[in-house]
Order: sequence, then C-alpha cells, then structure tokens
Amino acid sequence: MTLLSLDNLTVRRGLCPVVDDVTLTVEKGEFVGLIGPNGAGKTSLLRAALGLLPHEGRSSLMALSPRQRAQAAAFLPQGREIAWPVSVEALVTLGRGVHPGAGSAEDARAVGLALDRMGLQSYRARSATALSGGEQARVLIARALAQDTPLLLADEPVAGLDPEAQLKTMEVFAELAGEGRGVVASIHDLGLAARSCTRLVLMQAGRVVADGPPRDVLSDDNLARVFGVRGFHAETPDGPVFQPMGVVR
Amino acid sequence: MRLFGVLGALVAALFFGSLVIGPAGLGLGESLRALVSGQGGAVVLVMQEIRLPRALLGLMTGAALGLSGAAMQGYLRNPLAEPGLIGVSASAALGAVLSLQTGVAAAFALALPLAALGGAAVAVLLILGLAGPRGGALALILAGVAISALAAALTSLVLNLSPNPFAAMEIVYWMMGSLADRSMDHVWLAAPFLVLGLVLLASLGRSLDALTLGEDAAASMGVNLARLRLVLVGGTALAVGASVSVAGAIGFVGLVVPHVLRPLVGAQPSRLLPASALGGAAVVLAADIAVRLIAPDQDLKLGVLTALIGAPFFLHLIWRLRGSEA
Repeated sequence: MTLLSLDNLTVRRGLCPVVDDVTLTVEKGEFVGLIGPNGAGKTSLLRAALGLLPHEGRSSLMALSPRQRAQAAAFLPQGREIAWPVSVEALVTLGRGVHPGAGSAEDARAVGLALDRMGLQSYRARSATALSGGEQARVLIARALAQDTPLLLADEPVAGLDPEAQLKTMEVFAELAGEGRGVVASIHDLGLAARSCTRLVLMQAGRVVADGPPRDVLSDDNLARVFGVRGFHAETPDGPVFQPMGVVR
Repeated sequence: MRLFGVLGALVAALFFGSLVIGPAGLGLGESLRALVSGQGGAVVLVMQEIRLPRALLGLMTGAALGLSGAAMQGYLRNPLAEPGLIGVSASAALGAVLSLQTGVAAAFALALPLAALGGAAVAVLLILGLAGPRGGALALILAGVAISALAAALTSLVLNLSPNPFAAMEIVYWMMGSLADRSMDHVWLAAPFLVLGLVLLASLGRSLDALTLGEDAAASMGVNLARLRLVLVGGTALAVGASVSVAGAIGFVGLVVPHVLRPLVGAQPSRLLPASALGGAAVVLAADIAVRLIAPDQDLKLGVLTALIGAPFFLHLIWRLRGSEA
C-alpha cells in the first residue's frame, strides 16, 4: 500500500528551484534513506510533502485535512526545539494530541512504547530542557513515535547522537518499517543509511538522481559524481558495511 | 488540580476582601447585607456603586492581563513577552488620552473607555495589516514594537501640546492605571469584549502546547498557525483593550504572573493559561486592596504599585535568564 506519493513536486526559492520536479512513492514496509550533499533539497522535499512549504505539483498528504494529515504522518523537524521545561513524559504525550480522546489507555500505551523504544523510561519525570542535546533529540524522536502514524518523516534524526543512540534509532526505524509502516529519513551518515535502510533516494541540486537498494545507489559512479568521494563496501555477518574512503576531486 | 483550587480560593478571598475593605469604614455584616438588598441609602450606594464594580473590574482586568500574558509568552515561546507587545495597550491609551485632550471624555461617562477601545481596534487592524496572514512571530513582534512606539509618540505629542497643566495632569494620572471611582457602567461596557477575549485566548491551549516543539512540528501536528495568530491577536486585543479602557495601563501583571506560575504547572502552556488568569486576578485584586490600605488619602495609583513590584521582579528574571544562558 502506498503511504506517500509525490508527483512532480517543485519548490522554488525566488526563481531557483530547490526541489525540482520530484516524483516519488513510499510503500508500507519501506525505510527510505534520503541522502545527498548539503543543499540538495532533502529538507525542502520533506517540508513540502507535509505542506509546510509552498510548492507546485502534488503530495498525497495534501489531499487530507490538517487533522487527518497529522494522523497519517508524523514529522520530526531538523531544528530541535523544546521551548519550555516540560517533563519528558508530557513532551512525548504531545504526540498524542492529534488523536481524539485525550488521556485514554491507548495514549498511555503509545507513550510507554515510545519511551521504551528510545530507552527513556527512567527519564519520564525529568525536565526535557535540562537534558543534553543528544538526550533531547531522543525525547523528540519518542514524541514522533508516540504520534503512532503509518508514516514517519524525519529530518536528520540521528545527527549529533552518540553511536549507540544512532544505531538504536536506526533499528527502531527499521522495526517500524518491519511493522508495515513507512519511514523516510534524511541522513548524512552513508554508512548508517547503507546498513539500515531498505531503499535510498539520492538527491542532487533538487533532483532525485538515483533511487533503489542501497548497494545500487551507493555505486562508485554516483559517489564520485554527487559526493566527490570513493567508497568501500563489504558484506559482514552483521550486515552490509559501507565507508566513504577518500575524496576524488 | 490542587493549584487551581488554591488559586481559586485566593481569588475568591481577595474578591471578598476588595468588597469589605475601603475608606467608608463599613461593618462586615452591614456591607454584605447592603450588597444584596435592593434598598437605597448610603451604605447600599457605596457597596453596589463603588466597591462591587471596583472588585469586578479588578477580577476581570487581572484575568485578562494574566491570561493574555501567558498566551503571548506561549505563542512567542519567550518568557519575556507580555500582552502590551503587540501595541494594543499603547494604542488604547492613546485613544483614551485623545478623548481627555479633546474634551470628549467629559461629554458622557463612557466616552473615554469607548475611545480607548477604538484605539485598540485601530492597533489590531494595523498589526494584522503589517504582520499579514502569513507573517511569522518575528513580523508580529516588529509590527507591535512599531505600533507601540508610534502610539507612545502620539501620546507624548498630545501631552506636549496640552493647553493647560490640569489637562496634562489628568492625562498623566489616567495613564498610571487605577480602578478607583469606576461604576457598573464601566463593568457592563468592558465585560462583553473582555469575556469574549478571555474565551478566545482560553481556546488556544492545545495549539500552544504543540508549539512547544516549534512552528514546523506544531503545523505537522495539525495546528493552523495563521488561525492561531489571528485568535491570539484578536483575543489579546479584546481582553487587554477592554481592560486598558476601564483601568488604564496596569503594567507587569501579564509579564510576571505567567512566569511565577510556570514551574507550578509543569511549564505546560495549556495548564498555564487558566492558572495565569486566576493568578492575574489575584494580583490585581491584591494590589488594588493594597493601594487602599497603604495610602488611603493619597489616591496611590494601582499601575504605579504593580510596576513598583513588577519591575524589580523583571530585573531578577533577566538576571536568572542571563545565568542560565551563559
């Protein structure tokens, strides 16, 4: 089942397109890594898909009312903002606000599961703003998980996390895909993307230049052309390993 | 929930105190009997025409300032925001000052508050025109600052050109903010605007909670940011405009009350809104009792007292913020 379809999506900043005619679908069970150099249009693509940026073309989410959209797709923005010193539990519970019937048993279950998944059970009563940057990032991911939507769009969810939290977060996203949800995450760490994503979408200058299984998208040719690097691939008992190795230009 | 019980009881006690404390020196039983009796007489007059409107206005303006302060801080995600930031207070004051200067205020009793409401309405139209339906929080602040500055400059101009010192004194005294000598007419004039404003602002709790995560996250959670801003500006203009029109400028309540109560409600904007309404009412009622007790013969102005207490508190707040951001 298709959870997201973008048709000829274009976002302009002034006259210059920052997302240029992107057509893309995300199916149930997919964990899509959105990769590309800085300024490739990853953030703009995610924001336009959710209607947070004016755009041309069509996003299937825009056919829904704002409320339905919030029940269909959770969004984790790149800017990690927590304005007030609310408790971790209260902050994660904000994700439940999009569903009717506040304070239900379903709310408690979803919040508990989200806290479990991000390893935050012991943080419940702590003030969110008193935590370290990485811990705050995990709390914000838990908020998006608690929203309990078929689709999760995450903008650089693992940037600035320690290795354990990075691997854990990628595992959780892969689990979500395994449950039949869809996840789209923009990721700069190509090694993590290659290891956990079921599919990579490579963007350059607003366009999708490659789309497919990680091994195919991270080809020598694409790496050299888009990122200007060489890479090393290996198959290990723990899964595929990819490491950028050197600059080619 | 216990906090709301305590605040509610405090407001009730202060409202009662406001009814029974005053220069007329009435007995407790006597004054309460007079409040409910329909008969004429001096005591009944004092209670029904002087003290009751004063207590009601203290309750309403305090709630308006506290609630709009909490809503403004929640929307701007800044503990230093206050309801006057969007220029409504300064513009309402300008309207009142113009009515005093031109003599319209003397024509009939409600001319001054009506002129103040008009000033607030002009400010709202200007700010929505300047900040636009798509403008963000920054556009709103900048437009508010510009409108406040313009209104303050025009107020100074009126004072500057004032033909006689008595008119200027009257204006200056009015601007200090007071609940003395108000009638039930003032209550009936302000109440509809004020209550509508309070209802609008009180409806913003869930949106402001979501906004804790920033504008993008809130929008992705179904919050209509344009509608939120419109309701915020409209609600604040109604509540604060109406309160300035009957009480003048009462500073620092909208700034300090939400800040004091924030830790007690777990910092959640949706819980801070009702708490700040109660807290604001308690502070204004208490300050209005205090001006009667401290200097019964001097007509100490309410706004002077709240600023005297509020400004040092504001300094303390800045001091603490400075420490936490270093």
